[in-house]
Amino acid sequence: MLELKGLTIRQDDFSLQADAQFGAGFTTLIGPSGGGKSTLLDTIAGFITPSAGQVFWNGENITGLAPAKRPVSILFQDNNLFPHLTITANLALALTMKRPTEQQRSVIDRALREVGLDGMGNRKPAELSGGQQGRAALARVLLQDRPLMLLDEPFAALGPALRAEMLALVARLAGQKGIAVIMVSHAPEDALRVAEETSVVADGRVTVPQPTASLFDDPPDSLRAYLGT
Amino acid sequence: MAQRAVAVIPALIVAGLVIGPVMAVIWRAGGLGALGAAEYSALWFTIWQAAVSAAISVLLAVPVARALSRRRFPGRGVLIALLGAPFILPTIVAVLGLLAVFGGNGLVNTLTGALGLPRMDIYGYHGVILAHVFFNLPLATRLILQGWLAIPAERFRLAASLDAPIGRVLERPMLARIAPGAFAVIFVICLTSFAVALTLGGGPKATTVELAIYQAFKFDFDLGKAATLALVQLALGIAAALVLLVLSPPGGFGTGLDRVIGRWGGQSRGARIMDAGWIALAALFLLTPLAMIVLAGLPGIVSLPSEVWSAALRSLWVALGATALTLALALPLATKLGELAGILGVAVSGLVLGTGLFLIVQPFVRPAEAALPVTLMVNALMALPFALRILRPELEATRADYGRLAQTLGISGWALWRIVLLPRLRRPLGFAAGLTAALSMGDLGVIALFADGEHATLPLQVYRLMGSYRMEAAQGAALLLLAMSLGLFWAMDRGGRANA
Repeated sequence: MLELKGLTIRQDDFSLQADAQFGAGFTTLIGPSGGGKSTLLDTIAGFITPSAGQVFWNGENITGLAPAKRPVSILFQDNNLFPHLTITANLALALTMKRPTEQQRSVIDRALREVGLDGMGNRKPAELSGGQQGRAALARVLLQDRPLMLLDEPFAALGPALRAEMLALVARLAGQKGIAVIMVSHAPEDALRVAEETSVVADGRVTVPQPTASLFDDPPDSLRAYLGT
Repeated sequence: MAQRAVAVIPALIVAGLVIGPVMAVIWRAGGLGALGAAEYSALWFTIWQAAVSAAISVLLAVPVARALSRRRFPGRGVLIALLGAPFILPTIVAVLGLLAVFGGNGLVNTLTGALGLPRMDIYGYHGVILAHVFFNLPLATRLILQGWLAIPAERFRLAASLDAPIGRVLERPMLARIAPGAFAVIFVICLTSFAVALTLGGGPKATTVELAIYQAFKFDFDLGKAATLALVQLALGIAAALVLLVLSPPGGFGTGLDRVIGRWGGQSRGARIMDAGWIALAALFLLTPLAMIVLAGLPGIVSLPSEVWSAALRSLWVALGATALTLALALPLATKLGELAGILGVAVSGLVLGTGLFLIVQPFVRPAEAALPVTLMVNALMALPFALRILRPELEATRADYGRLAQTLGISGWALWRIVLLPRLRRPLGFAAGLTAALSMGDLGVIALFADGEHATLPLQVYRLMGSYRMEAAQGAALLLLAMSLGLFWAMDRGGRANA
């Protein structure tokens, strides 16, 4: 379980406050652009140091840890794969900085099969379609084997059908492996489709996550303003 | 902490390599009070020839750049690419080419002689300025062409729809913005020009400070006087670096100059003929000397004396060593702070460094023994600012794009260089390596202070052959030098592009 205690993030004249707990399932952060969704994700991932407050994972304070030392993996909006490396070499970086062993190679091949990229390990990212690149990146974070996965709109560039397909795949694989997911999104239909809970990030605050369906049935003012209803 | 040490150690090396010789110069120099009339006249000539060379280059570049910006013709792309060539063209090669055109027995004098007109003498201040314009007209043209192409097409459309005079509303403001920077860069380049003054200048009316340093070494063997002159050159360099900081020029390695801007105006018959004339004149002025080098060099290259080949081999080693050293220093220094260290390379000329290093090594070894290592080091330092300028933007872009991905994967330290940064930087690394190798290959500067016959580099060997009036051998060796410089640049730049 992820817990944000008295968290304050300040950047220039922007500030965001968070006091919330995120459960084991799939949680969406929704809200207007510029509202601080990605900033919150970056803070959880360790790229931004909060000016006050702490981040706890299962009761352990992880506020000061380097990104790679956290129980966290993250998919960015873009640049999730190194373009000069093959897919296999990209995935291997989740396991080792050296040449992967035979055993690690078979683990990588299995991960590729799981995301439907069987036999594509020798290609460079540019030789894959957008959807396939998303799958490869997903395989990479699954191999990192962290209990919390952060998604910073990684599939935003995909069409609606492909995006729904990718989200379903993430939800299925994360569910199977018992990985908690926090996803940034500005699309209510994405949240309704996959997220058990949703939190609104707007007006400098992060609301406590609510069950997604009931939240959208009876939106609070901040969400109502964003949705325009 | 290790990360910081990686950047601090090269910074200290660079600072030490620059400050050590400068301290030696200051310590040995008799103070500015020791300046005589000859030194003052060298200082005066250095400044005014640089100002005149820069002014002529920029003034001529304006119509050429305008013509190139608005005309499309076969060979335009090649011509624009060739505008980048003088940067890696060895000075001594260009001088031989200019001599073949404007020299005593050159094309121009043959022509004027046949018509019974007075002969032209290239030696003297006008030869120095001619060579400087030859080198810097292309640079000025590129900078100003960039300014023209940076005017958005929409502005030309807007001006056309308002029937506004393009020259007054668009072009003159652009020139007012770009031209001072272009002038400043060329002025600074000409302040430290040594090889041109060495070969075409000389005498009381055409001696630059750097040439005076050399003469103090070679003819008077007066180290105190050389150090005093080096101090003058150092002051000039610092002043010039400050000028550059104020009049910051636009980036010099711009790509995408192939575009022709869609525009209105300038379509009259007269304008077309004018533009064609400017382009033809510029091409003739720039290409004829190059063509002459190839033509004149071919007969000599088959029978080159053996000392030319051994000098070529030495030059190759110096160029490769300088390239390795420059890249080793540039990669960790490619930060804002590092570029400040690189500015030292602008402020301190090669001959000043050479003088200081000479003073330092002279009590311990015969200077000729140190000639090649010193040349290698000075070449590396001189190329460092260019390498930093090429690498830093790419390095910062790579860090911005992939830094977070590397962080979440825990890739840091040497692994970050090996897995992410070096592979991503292959193209700019190849380009920077090619420039450094070509610059070092063609450099005729500090080596002239140190070397004897057994330690000469190829450019120095060419100069010696010229000095002993063996023109055919000199031209053959110059062609070899040209081929090696361009070949090194091509091979390294290409190596960075392959499979990237």
